[in-house]
Formats: sequence, C-alpha cells, structure tokens
Amino acid sequence: MSNTAWTAPYTRTAKSLHWIMALIILDVMVMGFYMQDLPLSPEKLQLYSWHKWGGVSVMLLLLIRVSWRLTHRPPALPWMMSRLQQTVAHIGHLALYGLMVAIPLSGWMMSSAKGFQTVWFGLVPIPDLLAKDKAWGELLQTVHLSLNLTFIAILVAHVGASLKHHFIDRDDILTRMLPQGRNRTH
Amino acid sequence: MKKLFLRLVLIAIVATVAPAAYAVEYAQIQVSKSSISFTYKQMNVAMAGKFKKFNGQLRFDPQQVTKAMASFDIDLNSIDTGAADADTEVAGKSWFNTTAFPAAHFESGSVKAVGGNRYDVAGKLSIKGQTRDIIVPTTLIEQGKVAVFEGSFTIRRGDFSIGEGAWAKFDIVANDIVVKFRFTALPGK
Repeated sequence: MSNTAWTAPYTRTAKSLHWIMALIILDVMVMGFYMQDLPLSPEKLQLYSWHKWGGVSVMLLLLIRVSWRLTHRPPALPWMMSRLQQTVAHIGHLALYGLMVAIPLSGWMMSSAKGFQTVWFGLVPIPDLLAKDKAWGELLQTVHLSLNLTFIAILVAHVGASLKHHFIDRDDILTRMLPQGRNRTH
Repeated sequence: MKKLFLRLVLIAIVATVAPAAYAVEYAQIQVSKSSISFTYKQMNVAMAGKFKKFNGQLRFDPQQVTKAMASFDIDLNSIDTGAADADTEVAGKSWFNTTAFPAAHFESGSVKAVGGNRYDVAGKLSIKGQTRDIIVPTTLIEQGKVAVFEGSFTIRRGDFSIGEGAWAKFDIVANDIVVKFRFTALPGK
C-alpha cells in the first residue's frame, strides 16, 4: 500500500495511557456486571472493592491523559476521511472521554448514597459525595448502568471503526496506536 | 445581719438536702432514648450499624457503686447493618444464627469507680452460646433527674464465632467490632 497516507505516530505516553486504561476499564466493567447478582459473600465484597478501586484509578488516569492530550497535539486523521467522518470520530472520542469521568463519578456517588465509602486500595479514604439515601442510591444505580450501556455502544463503534480503518480503508489509524508501532518522541 | 442569717440558713438547707438529692439510684431505662450501635472495618472501609430492639435493667447509685448492676438483652434480629442483604446474611447460621440464638446477653459483675464520672463495669457477654468476660468503660452524665450512661468497648467477632466458614478470615470483615452504647435512665424505686 504505497499510496497510504502515513500520519504521525502517537507518543509512547499517549499509547500507554490508552492501553492501560483500556485494560482497567475492561476488567472493571466485567467485574461490575458479574458481581451485582452474586449472593453476599467475602468474594462479592472483595470484587466490589476492586471494582471501586479500578473506577477511581480510571478517573485519576483520565486526569493525566487529558492533561497530556491538551499539551501534546495528537496526530491528525487521514486526509481521505470525509469531514463528516472526522466530525463523528471527534464526537465519539469526546463522548468516551466524558463517559470515563461520568461513569466512575456516578459509581462514586452511588456508593456514597448506598452508605459504602470508598477507600482506594484500602489506604486512601475518598470522601462521600452524598449522604446515605436509599432513593438516590437506586437512581444512581440506574444512571451508572445507563452510562455504561452507552459507553459499551460507543466502544463497539470505536473498535469497529478501528478495524474498518485497518482492513477496509487500509490506513494506519489502528497501527499508529499499537504499542509496537512507531513512537513520537516529543 | 438579717441577710447574713438568711444566707447561713440557705447554706444549711443546701448542705442537708444536696447529698440526699445526689444519692439517687437510677433504675429505669428509657429505651426510646437509648441506643446500641457498632462500627467495624470492611476492607478498611469504616462501617456502622445498630440494634433497634433491646431491653435491660440497671441499678446504679453513684454513692454505692459496689451495689450497681446491669443486665441487657439485645434482639439480634433487630440488627440494622445499613444494607438489607447484609441484615439477612448476619441472621444466618454462619453469623449470629438467630434461629438458635436470638439474643445477646450482658450481665454485670463488679463495678469499679475509676475517677471522675467514669466506671469500669466488668461483666459477662454471651453471644451465640459463648460467654466471655468483658470490661465496659462507662461514663455517667447526670443531667437534672436523668442519667446518661455511655461508653464503648471492643469485642473480637472471632471469640464468639460470629462469621464462620467463608467469613472466618478477617481480611474482608475485620475481627474487631466496636460496640457503642448510650442508656438514658431515670431514678427508680
């Protein structure tokens, strides 16, 4: 594919943040769906704690990621993408960023409303955002689930789009984010 | 002169009446103004709960501490852990086994004044068929005719087999349980 327009690669930091967060989010999400229907057991309580630790970590990593993103311009999208495609891609990425804050935040609020404080890795107590309130707890549970379903839908589109770029458009959108791909040094 | 005389009479009256007024034996617990709660750690997260139903008797005269006694029954099914599924779980066999052991019981032994308004109440605490000696540090606050006894003590759930089987390890639910109480009592006959 000699006529492929090769775009600039991502920085190693941007790649690392992308993939580390992808792994954590996948773990946390699988745990979240699995743990809720378990009967009360030490394993269930442990999973809930791990899930919450992961969620808080995602929020913190996102903070670093957004700071990096704002100070390091990412490589441009290939010129052959239409304006509409580019806009949709940007909106999609923005939505993923937004949800990566909104989902842990709604979980944190739900946890507070249900009366279970979060202590990050069993070491750092995170302040409760709400007083204990059953109705709020149930409402936030619905919000947390809805946001997750939205995230999954966009995530499917995100992965689908990267595969379409790789196998159909044959551009470097996917490969430039892969860990073994070229890195930008600044 | 007259004023001084009046003052002396007043002092005399106060001096006579005051000890009598303080020599009160508190004996009627006001359950609605009393509470038994507890705190513990779950994977280092501070958790709190309470028992909604309990009753007891006490006799306590600050002037005759050695004659003091207290006896309490706590309805273990009235536990409020803060989460409905946990309330059901702790009633079960591996926790309190409330079908076989519906109540916890405390029976005081000797009471010792340890200075100020503080007392050490020794006694026997029975939960789930097991009895342990405990010492309950108690503070007495007298507010007019009402006395408030409050304090806290720590028990180890493992000592009473509270949480057996999968729950027996203390990595998720800690061994130490802090029990806090506040009893309001009126003078009784």
